[in-house]
Amino acid sequence: MSSTDVRSAVSPPPPEASPAPMRQIPQPPRLRPTRAGRHPGRTLTIVVGAALALGALITAFPLIWMLLSSVKPQSESIDYPPRLLAQEPTFEYYVQLFTELDFGRYLVNTLIVVAIGAFGLFFMAMAGYAFAKYDFRGKGGLFFLVLATMMIPVQVTMIPTYLILNGFKLTNTLVGIALPTLVSGFGIFLFRQFMATIPTELLEAARLDGAGEFRTFMTIVLPMSKPILAVQAVLAFIAGWNSFLWPLIIASDQNLYTLSVGLALLNQQLAVNPSLQMAAASVMVVPILIVFIIFQRYVVQGFALSGLK
Amino acid sequence: MRTLKLTPYVFVTPAMLLLIAFGVLPLVVALAVSFTDMDISGLANWGNVGFAGLENYERLFTDPDFWQAFGNTFFFAVIGVPAIVGASLAVALLLARSDSRFYRALRSFYFIPAITGIVAISLVWAYLYNTQFGLFNWLLSLVGVPPVQWLSDPLIAKFSVAFVAIWRGTGLNIIIFLAALQGVPKEYTEAAALDGASTWRTTRSIVIPLLRFAIFFVTVTTIISWLQFFDEPFVLTDGGPLGATTSMSIFLYKEGFRLNQFGYASAGSVVLFVIIALITALQLRLRRPDVEY
Repeated sequence: MSSTDVRSAVSPPPPEASPAPMRQIPQPPRLRPTRAGRHPGRTLTIVVGAALALGALITAFPLIWMLLSSVKPQSESIDYPPRLLAQEPTFEYYVQLFTELDFGRYLVNTLIVVAIGAFGLFFMAMAGYAFAKYDFRGKGGLFFLVLATMMIPVQVTMIPTYLILNGFKLTNTLVGIALPTLVSGFGIFLFRQFMATIPTELLEAARLDGAGEFRTFMTIVLPMSKPILAVQAVLAFIAGWNSFLWPLIIASDQNLYTLSVGLALLNQQLAVNPSLQMAAASVMVVPILIVFIIFQRYVVQGFALSGLK
Repeated sequence: MRTLKLTPYVFVTPAMLLLIAFGVLPLVVALAVSFTDMDISGLANWGNVGFAGLENYERLFTDPDFWQAFGNTFFFAVIGVPAIVGASLAVALLLARSDSRFYRALRSFYFIPAITGIVAISLVWAYLYNTQFGLFNWLLSLVGVPPVQWLSDPLIAKFSVAFVAIWRGTGLNIIIFLAALQGVPKEYTEAAALDGASTWRTTRSIVIPLLRFAIFFVTVTTIISWLQFFDEPFVLTDGGPLGATTSMSIFLYKEGFRLNQFGYASAGSVVLFVIIALITALQLRLRRPDVEY
């Protein structure tokens, strides 16, 4: 599916980007067996590991329950006592979502909103580059502005932002849904930090070869910034896919609903059919899990970077 | 020469325009609108908007619903902040014990709640919490506990809603703590181990003090995120029962988008912003880099 396409598109990653498990295959599972054996904490490590495994199972349980319940017939999902596994598994609710309900359209809308996010990524990279590699009047003030917006909470701005979008006649449009979160101060900050490490000589050489400023950016700076681009692209995808507040506020026409808003609607309308709800929730969660499994390294890196704020 | 000087402005303009339009301008608009009586008629035609002075603020501070939302938000923060900081620090310390593949694989499970969409997650939890056919009440019935009104009892609902947010909020902080733990020099812990210090003692006396800054950072960001608490109560309880789970953000949303009282809701936004700004300023004042050992 599309997720594997994404993987092949970025398949020649920088050497350190190859997934860790694959690199470890030729090695024995424990790198320093003598040391581990010498340590008295070995048993403790196993006990802690078991406790962590139990905790991990409990943490993931709601999602396991969601997947298992999504294939139960309705009568089984409201059965008491509840059973873990479906007696007669069915995929009818997944079909129903896309045939009787409008989830196909919600899915397309969500993908459009996510795709618009790519422009934001590009704009942030451009701004980060200017802050990293140019000197210009007002740079200090503008960069302070970038940092300051990182501290402004979304919930405070939801009402005025709605009024602003309404003023531009952008309420009830997919662009309007994507605009408020298109660019973030933190994203610009991360690009700047990364691009500051690109050697200036390399840019000078390109200019001497007659490349224009924009061409230098496209052919040298962007390709060299792949690691940070990957991190931000994955995080932007997850944030766009999951976003709920803006689609909820901006889209009043049902044709513009995203998956999350469609799902919230299902909560109100069909409280009697948990199977259908769990199927819909799975449609929303499973793609994110696939993205997470493939790009876990980038997600973790991005989250760890947020500690820099 | 001239074009070269223009270049950086061309690069920053699109991003800065968006940042100003949706980061800075909303604050100005909120402040301006908070002094007006703007409602649905004002939305259609700005000519219908009238100046209201401090009326919205006066009304806000005498509105019992606002104070209830304020109290709820405080309550959520009091139970949520220690729970998230404590749980994520404990799990991170345990996960950092070993670098084996098994431990690495376990990490992913703890991260997963942080990346899943809130609406989907809330539906799953609502199903688990269901009083008639939910799993939790069935599990409790196995040990003889009568059914619990997870989402319809005003007090229990607060905890139920907060628990989902705690479940979802730990993953991100576990990652931040794990990243900080990588910065703890191995020499210190190894030297302590050579001196015969127990793991617990090493963790308490060496690792945690070295993590002071990370703990501080996570605490402050967690406080701020609880002050903005919105998604979980919105989907699970819609702020109910009887406003028991209405946070400040839910209050603002309802006043603004359900009752169309944009002026009044803007005044509330300004108050929320001031509270968050004060806490952020406090953070910046207290912020000291970790002591170099």
